[in-house]
Amino acid sequence: MRILVVEDDPEAARYIARGLTEAGHLVETAADGESGLVLARDPGFDVAIIDRMLPKLDGVALVETLRAENVATPVLFLSALGEVDDRVVGLRAGGDDYLVKPFAFVELLARIEALARRGDGGETRNHMVVGDLELDQLTRRVSRANQVINLQPREFRLLEYLMRHANQVVTRTMLLENVWDYHFDPQTNVIDVQISRLRAKIDKDFDRPLLHTVRGAGYVVRDSD
Amino acid sequence: MTLISQLWRTATFRLALIYLALFGVSVVVLVSFLYFSTVRVIERQTDETIGAEITGLSERYRDEGLLGLRAVVVERSSGQRHSLYLLVAPGDAILAGNLDRWPSVATGPSGWLNFTFGQPVGRDFETHEARARHILLDDGFQLLVGRDIQQRRDIDALVRESLVWALALLLVFGLAGGVVMSRNMLGRIQAINRTSQDIVAGDLSRRVPVTGSNDEIDRLAVNLNHMLDQIEQLMEAMRQVTDNIAHDLRGPLNRLRTRMDVTLMERPTAAEYHRALESMVGDTEQLLATFNALLRIAQVESGVRKSFGDIDLTAIIRDLGELYAGVVEEKGLEFSLAAGDELTIWGDRELLAQAVSNLLDNAVKYTPPGGNIWLTADYSNGRVTVAVADSGPGIAADAREHVLDRFVRLDTSRNSAGSGLGLSLVRAVANLHGATLTLDDANPGLLVTLVFPEASRASERHLSNL
Repeated sequence: MRILVVEDDPEAARYIARGLTEAGHLVETAADGESGLVLARDPGFDVAIIDRMLPKLDGVALVETLRAENVATPVLFLSALGEVDDRVVGLRAGGDDYLVKPFAFVELLARIEALARRGDGGETRNHMVVGDLELDQLTRRVSRANQVINLQPREFRLLEYLMRHANQVVTRTMLLENVWDYHFDPQTNVIDVQISRLRAKIDKDFDRPLLHTVRGAGYVVRDSD
Repeated sequence: MTLISQLWRTATFRLALIYLALFGVSVVVLVSFLYFSTVRVIERQTDETIGAEITGLSERYRDEGLLGLRAVVVERSSGQRHSLYLLVAPGDAILAGNLDRWPSVATGPSGWLNFTFGQPVGRDFETHEARARHILLDDGFQLLVGRDIQQRRDIDALVRESLVWALALLLVFGLAGGVVMSRNMLGRIQAINRTSQDIVAGDLSRRVPVTGSNDEIDRLAVNLNHMLDQIEQLMEAMRQVTDNIAHDLRGPLNRLRTRMDVTLMERPTAAEYHRALESMVGDTEQLLATFNALLRIAQVESGVRKSFGDIDLTAIIRDLGELYAGVVEEKGLEFSLAAGDELTIWGDRELLAQAVSNLLDNAVKYTPPGGNIWLTADYSNGRVTVAVADSGPGIAADAREHVLDRFVRLDTSRNSAGSGLGLSLVRAVANLHGATLTLDDANPGLLVTLVFPEASRASERHLSNL
C-alpha cells in the first residue's frame, strides 16, 4: 500500500515510516500541515496517517480541506496522550479512525489495513463468506458447512466485524471500539474470553479452525493456517 | 525624598492632592465672589450717598447762594471727619470744609476722584483713602463732597489676608491628612505585597494580615487568604501525586533497565533476544497503561463535562454484564446481574462504563474461585444506584477511604497486577457526575455503591414530556 505520514516529530516519523516499510508498504512523509496537504491531494494514497497537532496547518484543518476538495483517502488521526476527547472532533472533521500515542505498532498496522480495505467497497457487502463459514447480514443467519450456528446478538456483531476484516489482523482495542463502542482498555482479558466463546461456536466441531489468535497483536479470521 | 516619592506613588495620596486642589480652587472662587459682590454694593452705596448730598447742596446753593452753601458746609464739616467737604474760591482759596487742601489728583469722568488725605487719630495723622465728587459752581467756585473709605480698604486687606491664611492652612491640613491617609493605606497594601513576595519566594504558608475592621481592604485580605488556602491544598495534593507517580514508576522502570542490562551482558542468541524484547515491550506497555490511567484521572478531575448527555444506564450495565460474564465464569465465579429498565441519567457513557468496568475488574481479580459477583442498577427513593459486590476478602473499614487514593494497593507485596489507579478513576468519575461513592462490607466481601443525584435521572423528565 502507498501510505502518507504527516508527522512533525522527525524521530516519530522515521520510526513509523521504517515500521510501515518493514511491513511492506510504500511510505511518503511530510513534516508540517501545508506540505502534508500538497502531498495528500494526490489520490494515489491508500491511507493517510496524520498527526492531530501540526505546524502551519493543524491536522483537523488539513483533513477538512481535503474533504472539501473531495479527496476521499481514508485518514487515521494520531493524537498525543491525554487528548482522548478530541476523537469526536477528529472524526467529525472527516477522519476515519483515531489512535492515541503512544501506541503499539501492531495496532497501527491493523488499523491502516482495516482502513485501506474499507476503501475497496467492503462496507457494502451483506453476505460474507470465509471458507465454509457464511454470515448474512440481512437475515442475520450464520452457518458453517451449511449447519446453522446460533449466536447471541453481540457474538453476531463480533463475528461480523471479524469477517468484514477477513484476512486482516484485528486488535482487541479495535474490537472494543467497533463492537462494544468502548474506548478504554479493561484490565481483565474480557475480549479474549468473548473470542474463545465465539470460537467454541464456530470452530469447535470442525477440523479446520477459521478464527486464529495472532500472538501479541489480536485475532484474524482466515481460511488457512 | 524617598518618603515623598513613595507617597507620590500611592493612589490615595494623589487622590488627596487632587481633592485638595479642587477644594482650594472652590474656596478661592467662593470667597472672591462674596468679596467682590459685597464691595460692589458698598461702593455703590458710597457713590449714591455722595450723589444725594451733592444734589442737596446744589439745591441749597440755588436757593440761598454761595453764603447759604458755605453755612451748610461749615456746619457739616464740624462733626467727625467721616464725610469730607471742601468749598473753594477761584485760585484754590478755601472758603469752608474739613480738608486742608484741594486733592492733587486728576478728576475722572463726571467729576469723580479717589485721593488720600491725613486723618487725625489722637494727635497723629493717618493717611486715609477717600472717594469724592466735585462740581463747578458759578464764577469759578468749586465744591468737593467725599467719604472716607479707609474702612473699606481695611476690610479688603483683611479679606485678602484671611484668604491667604485659609489657603495656607488648607494646604497644611490637607497635605497632612493625605500623608496620614495614604501612609495608613500604603502600610496595609505593603503588608499584602510583602506577603505576596514571601509566597512567591516559596513560603506558601504565609497569609495576609486581617485587621478585623471588615472594610474593603480587610475583605480583600480575607479573599486572598481563602485563595491561598485553596492553592496550598492543591499544591499539596499535586505534590502527593507527583511523589506517588515518581515512586510507582521508578520501580518498573528500574526493573526494565536491569533486565536490559542483564540481557546485554548474557550474550544471548537471536531467539533469546527476541523473547527478552517481547517481555520488555510488555513492561513498557504496563507503564504506558499507568500513564494513560493517570492522565485519564487528571482529565476527569479537571471537571470538563464535554461529552455529557442523556445516557441509557440500563444498556451500559447489561452490556458490561455481558462483556464480563465470560471472564467471571471462566474464573469459577457466580455472576448475578440485575438492571432495572429505562434507567436514564445525565452523564458520560464512556466514563461511566469505564468506572463500572474498573469495579468489575477488581471484583474478578480479588474474589477467589467459587465466590460470587453481583452487578446491580436500580431506581429507588428518587435516585439511581449502581452497585458492584463480591464475596472476596473485602476491605477493612479503616482502609476504605485510603484505597480511593492514587496508587494504593492493599496487598503490600505488590505482586498482583494493576496500577492501583482503578478506584481513583471511579472516584473521579463519581465526583464528575455528582454521585456518592461508598465502600461497604458485603459480609463477606466488598460492596461498592454509586448513588447518582436525583436531578441526574433524565428519564422522568423525558416521560413527563411525552
